[in-house]
Amino acid sequence: MSVQNLNTFDPFADEGDPLGSTQDVGSQQNYIHIRIQQRNGRKTLTTLQGLPKEYDLKKLLKAFKKEFACNGTLVDDEEAGQVIQLQGDQRLKISNFLVQEGIPKASIKVHGF
Amino acid sequence: MASEEPLFDPSLKKRKKKTVAFSEDPLGADADPTTPAPAEFDNVATNGDAVDMGPTTVHEQMKQNEAADEDGEKKEDDDLKAMFGDLKKKKKKKEIPLDLGDDNSGTSTPVATVASEDLDFSDLKKKKKKSSKKAALDLEAFEKELQEAKAQDAGEDEAGDEGAVPEADEGELGDDPFARAGEAGLLHRFYAQLHASNPALLTSSGRRYTIAPPQIMREGNKKTIFANVSDICKRMHRQPEHVIQYMFAEMGTTGSVDGSGRLVIKGRFQQKQIEHVLRRYIVEYVTCKTCKSPDTILSKENRIFFMSCESCGSRRSVNPIKTGFQAQVGRRSKNKTG
Repeated sequence: MSVQNLNTFDPFADEGDPLGSTQDVGSQQNYIHIRIQQRNGRKTLTTLQGLPKEYDLKKLLKAFKKEFACNGTLVDDEEAGQVIQLQGDQRLKISNFLVQEGIPKASIKVHGF
Repeated sequence: MASEEPLFDPSLKKRKKKTVAFSEDPLGADADPTTPAPAEFDNVATNGDAVDMGPTTVHEQMKQNEAADEDGEKKEDDDLKAMFGDLKKKKKKKEIPLDLGDDNSGTSTPVATVASEDLDFSDLKKKKKKSSKKAALDLEAFEKELQEAKAQDAGEDEAGDEGAVPEADEGELGDDPFARAGEAGLLHRFYAQLHASNPALLTSSGRRYTIAPPQIMREGNKKTIFANVSDICKRMHRQPEHVIQYMFAEMGTTGSVDGSGRLVIKGRFQQKQIEHVLRRYIVEYVTCKTCKSPDTILSKENRIFFMSCESCGSRRSVNPIKTGFQAQVGRRSKNKTG
């Protein structure tokens, strides 16, 4: 992310979308998103989205299921690609697991309440 | 020292004053660095009252340190926790005049308090040992004391400057640790009073950004009402739509605004959960990333939201609110596409 405050403003520059060229602005920066959804009652669903391509989601799901003692599935989404879905609130567990496996903590975003 | 702890009770404070008056004369003589050291230490050690004074001041010291620690912790940990309801802050404020009173009582007899402050830096036993041993050992002990004092006054540049002065004096004063320790005590007392009288120095952030706690009600079994959403949005100077959009995206749910401006959220949520989401909203979309000021304006240009700070003038884009993947929850027959 470039520091926008340091950009000098050129009043005679061609008018155009000043941010059109920069990829960073407004993008999600390839964060790994961990979300939670409420189901009926006190049941919840945890989704894990945006993992880098080099990880085998199928194997990861298997490891998650074994580690957290919950069921889960792999969902194909048009926008988000492959998403891991787990039963119950596993947000912190997933985040800890990923950090232990060497994924930088700054790239993980835990959402929810 | 532990054996003397039980002696402490609130009434001891009064006694402290009395003892201060009592021990003033021998300690007053201490102010002259030329007097021989052993005599002074005998006075302190054998004088039962002077020994009693130790724990009280230690306790006070601990209290002050605790207060200081609390400040530090608050500043680090939950910068935003105080945002909702400044109960803790009030408590802190209440404490400060109390400390001030203690310090003021101490200032009436300055010399004695110096000695007492000195006592809490090192154990009494250590002191006795010290008096019997050489100046070289004293020097080490004093260095330690100085380090402690410096650690307590961390962040103040003057500590380093002032600390250099007694070291320079060491050559002249030689075997009089009392005078040197007294200086450290004075310095320590100065900072203690400085922070007690203006706590703004400890919490450099100044006034805190406060927001009314969200009022959460349950509607039926499956819906939650967030009553004062418009009030909170007004305080944050944000469009309610933006706030609501963020909340729905974060909580992975939907809802609507009812006729009286309340927000109806699908799902069961507790106040602290909503509070947590709001806090994150404030961190991401309200406080300026550069100067941490909440005086910011959110504006939309070319489909991108920009946050410009009113106090420092910085301007930066903020992340768009994205719901992300939403799993299928509920019956499939409800939506025909799924």
